[in-house]
Amino acid sequence: MDDLDLDHESVYDGLLGGDSSQWAFGTDFEDPLAGVDTMIPAGVDGAALAAYCLMLGDDALIYAHRLSEWTSNAPDLEDDIALANIALDLLGQARLLLARAAAADASVVPQMPEGSPVPPEDALAFFRDEHAFRNMGYVEALNGDFAVTIVRLLLFSSHRLALLQRLATSVDPVLSAIAAKGVKEVTYHRDYAGRWFVTLAGGTEESRRRLVAGLRTVWPTYAELSRSTQVETLASEQRFGVDPAVLTEEVDAVVDHVLAMAALERPDLPPSGTGPMGRIGRHTEEMGHLLAEMQVVARAHPLGKW
Amino acid sequence: MSDTLQTASLEADFDRVIERHDRIEPRDWMPEKYRATLVRQVAQHAHSEIIGMQPEGNWITRAPSLRRKAILLAKVQDEAGHGLYLYSACETLGVTRAELTEKLIAGKQKYSSIFNYPTLSYADVGTIGWLVDGAAICNQVPLCRTSYGPYGRAMNRICKEESFHQRQGFELLLTMMSGTDAQRAMVQESVDRFWWPALMMFGPPDVESPNTAQSMAWRIKRDTNDDLRQKFVDMSVPQAQALGVTLPDAELRWNEERGHYDFTQPDWDEFMAVVKGSGPCNAQRIAHRKRALDEGAWVREAATAFARSQREDAS
Repeated sequence: MDDLDLDHESVYDGLLGGDSSQWAFGTDFEDPLAGVDTMIPAGVDGAALAAYCLMLGDDALIYAHRLSEWTSNAPDLEDDIALANIALDLLGQARLLLARAAAADASVVPQMPEGSPVPPEDALAFFRDEHAFRNMGYVEALNGDFAVTIVRLLLFSSHRLALLQRLATSVDPVLSAIAAKGVKEVTYHRDYAGRWFVTLAGGTEESRRRLVAGLRTVWPTYAELSRSTQVETLASEQRFGVDPAVLTEEVDAVVDHVLAMAALERPDLPPSGTGPMGRIGRHTEEMGHLLAEMQVVARAHPLGKW
Repeated sequence: MSDTLQTASLEADFDRVIERHDRIEPRDWMPEKYRATLVRQVAQHAHSEIIGMQPEGNWITRAPSLRRKAILLAKVQDEAGHGLYLYSACETLGVTRAELTEKLIAGKQKYSSIFNYPTLSYADVGTIGWLVDGAAICNQVPLCRTSYGPYGRAMNRICKEESFHQRQGFELLLTMMSGTDAQRAMVQESVDRFWWPALMMFGPPDVESPNTAQSMAWRIKRDTNDDLRQKFVDMSVPQAQALGVTLPDAELRWNEERGHYDFTQPDWDEFMAVVKGSGPCNAQRIAHRKRALDEGAWVREAATAFARSQREDAS
């Protein structure tokens, strides 16, 4: 059975490779950053680092929630498995990023009643109120049909892959390790979405019609992925994070390439919204329902052990 | 040689393979009834994995910690994987996944009745791991040595993963039992609900099981329903004690003479009603599967059309 145990703990394998000279990652399930030196590097503002980790962590958490809703609902078993896999990867990233946020600035973690065994990353996920979440509205949107899901995943993973590739050189060794691990995962997510995008475009009349409709649904929200906030600008200045605005050209090129393979044009639609709303805690109407569902059991048992 | 003689000789070869405890492989000759019985059993097993994704999948978005969410999502994903292996094993017998799924939707093939019971609290995730996967393992471990090669090999892998799930379920319950009173009550209530349906998972008592004798002779099945049920009870009692939960059977006690626990039979009328479609979630489970299938039809058609156009371009 030992080989199986290892399979299930491989979530942390990526963290053990690469440059581990300065720190060692633990593989303990209980504390995602066990054994890791979580000291804040010189020249980095702890509060800004935490705020930045919440942004990337919340994107991953909320999007994982949405993608996990496909479980037992996908068009075929292979896609059930693939979408669950992608959700699992993002969930793993969320856990590490939220743990990093808590370690960088404990004041972001909601105060729990005395004696509560809830670890900080779970307190962040399950006991924060809506306005304290820092994810983009992009990841809150309802899944829609498979075409909408594929378009949204293609744009998101193209963006996140470019981001994680740069983040792998972060001066924060923890963020750098999380990013290096994420690059491998998100490369697969982008491939999966890209393959389906081209397949749906070249499949049947109906699949092409649905894909075009899906593209028009998602496209106006695409601009949100590259909108920066002050936190991200600071993160970039202090070299622990990435300003998403600098990724635009690179991500556009990937998206244009996939569109060309699918013989489709960019939709002529203006971006929706004006500012980075989700990043400052102003969310869409869907967010409240999502959190109500996600947090209901945890909040009913603030002293519970799971 | 006449057809009858040839069949007789093939059948004798087949019987010898079975007797030697060797495996029958897809290209080997096999009696039609052996093939049909296998299709029925393997398909039922595959359908159980896929329908079984629903009751546990019900809690993925509400899992109370990030770690538990990952464990549950991975587990439900494993079930989809098990369904895939088993449908593939079935395809080696000459039926397609689509045909089998159609039969499931039409109610012509069954799945394990346990999945017609609802999951009402997060403790059910643990109880399903502990009791339901535990019962499934008792049923399935002997099948690793089943006479049909592809089925036996699929079962090998599935059993390893199921054992892992069972331990994870038990560990969730154990953790909850070390938590608050409300959590302990949640675990007990869940065990109370799932104990009897878990006992039913081994099928009707031997005297009422019409297919057992032939399946045992062909080594498709290796133990009787009652033997497996007893094994499960004997295994579960000390585990319940370790957890600190009570199994809801006042007659449950060790029988020194038999060397086994005596226990009350589940309500077989309820079992028959659920098998025939009147369980709490039968209609819901099939409707869910049908909806997913219908909503995904255009995607599968697109994939087929695209693959065809790629082949045409290549030639």
